[in-house]
Amino acid sequence: MNEPFTADSFDKFCGEKKLMASRCKKCGALSLPPRPLCLKCHSTDIEWQPLKGKGKIVAFTVIGVGPSTMIKEGFDREHPYCSGIIEMEEGPRMATQIMGVDVKNPQNIKVGTPVTADFVERGSFSLVPEVANVRKSYLVFRAL
Amino acid sequence: MVKRERKLGRGVAVVGVGMSKFGVLPGWGCREMYVEALKDLQKSVDKGFDLKDIEANYVGCCGAWNWETQAGIGKWCTDWAGLNPIPSTTIDNACASASVAVRNGILAIASGLYDVVLTGGVEKMTTLPTEGTTLVLATGADATWECYAGYTFPGLYATMATAHMNQYGTTPEDLMAVGIKNHHNGALNPRAQMPNTIKQIMEQRMAKAKEKGQKVPQWVTEMDFMHDDQYNPMVAWPLRLFDCCPITDGASVVLLVAEDIARNFTDKPLYIIGTGQASGPALHTRDTLTSIPASQIAAKQAYDMAHVTPKDIKIAEVHDCFTIAEIMAISDLGFFKPGKEAAKAAAEGKTALNGVKPINTSGGLKCKGHPVGASGAAMVGEVFHQMRGDAGPRQVKMDVNLAMTHNVGAHGTDVVVQIYERR
Repeated sequence: MNEPFTADSFDKFCGEKKLMASRCKKCGALSLPPRPLCLKCHSTDIEWQPLKGKGKIVAFTVIGVGPSTMIKEGFDREHPYCSGIIEMEEGPRMATQIMGVDVKNPQNIKVGTPVTADFVERGSFSLVPEVANVRKSYLVFRAL
Repeated sequence: MVKRERKLGRGVAVVGVGMSKFGVLPGWGCREMYVEALKDLQKSVDKGFDLKDIEANYVGCCGAWNWETQAGIGKWCTDWAGLNPIPSTTIDNACASASVAVRNGILAIASGLYDVVLTGGVEKMTTLPTEGTTLVLATGADATWECYAGYTFPGLYATMATAHMNQYGTTPEDLMAVGIKNHHNGALNPRAQMPNTIKQIMEQRMAKAKEKGQKVPQWVTEMDFMHDDQYNPMVAWPLRLFDCCPITDGASVVLLVAEDIARNFTDKPLYIIGTGQASGPALHTRDTLTSIPASQIAAKQAYDMAHVTPKDIKIAEVHDCFTIAEIMAISDLGFFKPGKEAAKAAAEGKTALNGVKPINTSGGLKCKGHPVGASGAAMVGEVFHQMRGDAGPRQVKMDVNLAMTHNVGAHGTDVVVQIYERR
């Protein structure tokens, strides 16, 4: 795996249904999203590391008024969605959409709920329609 | 790294402040609002001054590229203000842009390079439809890795709120109390975008419903209104509409001069005795979601430089883009203990105009309005008036010899904290 440690590489792995983090070869620190430079020891000797895709909800919200990317997917006040911070079993955290939770009753969604990785397709985050219409694979998590 | 005491190379003073109208201002562009703010500033400088004396201009702005299709807007503010050919610097640190501009002005004077510097910021936010503005505001966070999750800007603060609720038992009512308090202050501020108490807003809504022949809502308390899903709808759980600051057009400016010439401008200059600035990562890269680490670091820098403690600060304008932000700010700045004490401070009246630590006497971003790239300078404007005793009906009943401003960029990625002294 010689892919550079970029968002684009991460997206391509998502397209293959793989959740890939970066790992510092010097100190072993994992990073998600992947980075070309280790935040712990500043080494640039980095490798790809697959993650199991198991984690738990650390914090979340339920959004009724989303950005255009989410409106295009059919989300609105009547159909809100949950976004949150997931902590992986391996340690790193990431911000993703969380599916399979009771978005109509957000007071019932619990921090600590176990979740598992999944992948969905949707448009890109941009004000420019041509860019926004480019579809790609996104990592999401589903409540177990 | 060498540890040493950080101090300014020489003293710097605030001698004038100004702001344009804050609100939805169709027909007004960034540069024109900037000139309005400058005209207002000229009136605030007691002994007057000549625009020709300004040696540099630092302009905060974070979204002109999107909202006005203009890059480097500071340049055009400088031009419209008649200040060419002085150096003009446009600064984008999201919602902390103006504070970073003020701080750069401070550093430029402290370095000895300039004696008189104009600083401030501007933002035009009402040109796009809601979904466009929602997207632009979200880019204040990490557009690559947080917007990835479908995050909006309220959504990011809402996430910190659920973390706070989970860790400390904070309730939606604690958040609402912050909004009610800031509306109380904003109602006394004629320059606020929303110069109404929640009670007044309830009366307006009831009158409107009656006039239209609709069902008149039967609220008794302000909390009844705050819980009404129709009139105070959920934006991002647990944040409702009245937990969020409005979308605002506006400009604000601050005139800084070297300490040794300050009294040529006014007999009541405010001296900047502490300044701090820190940066922070995306939410998922932080160790905590219930405080803003960059706020704590910037505050410590400012306190250490000023040789004062949180107890010494009489009033503070803190970053309340969302109600949860004020709760985190007053603990990050050391005024209240993190958790329950900070969460209940507004409900218990501790941060009210007549409380032990008045917070956001202007009405805060919640009521004064939040033109994101301009807000930091408007915060300086409020402490300027409070410290000089000319804040009108919202003037606090104490001698404000020390005050603080706390301005957060995005959800804690950039924070500036400054301490002002009236001698």
